[in-house]
Amino acid sequence: MTDRAVTRDADPRPSPGVPLSARRRGVAGWVDVRGRRLGGVAFILNRITGLGVLFYLYLHLVVLSQLAVGPSAWDSLLKNWFLNPVFLVLDVVLLAGLLIHGLNGIRVALVGLGLVVSRQKALLGAFGTIGAIVLLIGTLMFISHGG
Amino acid sequence: MSETVTFRVQRFKQGDPASHYDTFQESTDPRTTVLDVLTRIRRVEDPTLTLRHSCFHASCGTCGMKVNGREVLACVTNVRELGTDEVVVQPLDNAPLVSDLVVDMGPFYARFNAIDRPLVRESELVPGSHPAEGIPHAERYEDCIECGICLSACPIAATDPEYLGPAALAAADRLREEPRGQQVPPALRLADDPHGAWRCHVAFECSEACPSNVDPAGHIMSLRRSLIGRRWRALRGEPVGAER
Ligand code: HEM
Ligand code: SF4
Ligand code: FES
Repeated sequence: MTDRAVTRDADPRPSPGVPLSARRRGVAGWVDVRGRRLGGVAFILNRITGLGVLFYLYLHLVVLSQLAVGPSAWDSLLKNWFLNPVFLVLDVVLLAGLLIHGLNGIRVALVGLGLVVSRQKALLGAFGTIGAIVLLIGTLMFISHGG
Repeated sequence: MSETVTFRVQRFKQGDPASHYDTFQESTDPRTTVLDVLTRIRRVEDPTLTLRHSCFHASCGTCGMKVNGREVLACVTNVRELGTDEVVVQPLDNAPLVSDLVVDMGPFYARFNAIDRPLVRESELVPGSHPAEGIPHAERYEDCIECGICLSACPIAATDPEYLGPAALAAADRLREEPRGQQVPPALRLADDPHGAWRCHVAFECSEACPSNVDPAGHIMSLRRSLIGRRWRALRGEPVGAER
């Protein structure tokens, strides 16, 4: 068994060319999906949607705080902003983000704890299909209620 | 009839401020591999092109590189099957660059060797083998050819300098499955770490890229299961179990 310190050292002996620190891809290794497969895309989408949904939660609370201002403030917000078609599109984006993050999150949690590992690809496919169907139904509902 | 394919090869020599690409027009036949072309370029067109290879048949693990953005063994990558008129060849990512397509495998080996997993399996022999007379059986090696492809494909290795990496973690799990007289707990201690088995985010890029059917991500998950079991037993004051 080699000393633990050896393995923890990122660059055990300096290389003569471009060192490891400069050759690690960095965040590009997450977001650059060229050449990557479905699981890699799911990983970065989970990250982006997680942060996106977090940002939405903040916005949501800011908007809800308008309720405290009074009924007229809320009504005008509804009329001037949220019934606008642009917001319908944003609703679809939000739903897509929640579905991607939530469904993939369930996959990551299951597989990450050592469950259904051998069927993880099928799980990804199944959740992808469920997500697409729910997104389609959700979009149709947004259109029918917003129209 | 041979078909001409454009090869764009990433070049770098020590002292260069940055990498650049050189372009070569190469004729191919239906069986030409990327390694065939690169060795031909070196022989005929540019003897300064550096690359690593040895066996030419997916056994030595030295010819790992990125071809059209994906990690492959160049020796078993058929050019025509890539289906592109232009083939881009780059060194592996997440490893120090020595020259052209040659990366320094030192950091990879430092982690891998720390696990200290024996090379020959005891549980399995080569299936369907017909060893010569006087030889009792054909021994079966571990699958991993230590090519470093999984580390290049891994999004986590791209940002965590201390990540043990897919191959080393898979080796730790193989050691756990089949200790062969070796000490298992030191390897499990290395794996049971924020930069070990728990760092993985389940992208499975390593398993997809691995040319030798190791399934490192699957091994990381079975390692986790076993580590959870150990922690659970420790919590209940039960014997953890030396091996598993
Ligand atoms: C539907 C229920 C949800 C499930 C099942 C879920 C599951 C997960 C899982 C398993 C991860 C870890 C991913 C990984 O290891 O790569 C994660 C990360 C994260 N989640 Fe969620 N989540 C849910 C809802 C939310 C919500 C509502 C928010 C925001 C308010 C959120 C924000 C985040 C963030 C910021 C991350 C970190 C992203 C990363 O490390 O890549 N999640 N989630
Ligand atoms: S696990 Fe596969 S990709 Fe990684 S070093 Fe071993 S053979 Fe190469
Ligand atoms: S030359 Fe040995 S694996 Fe490719």
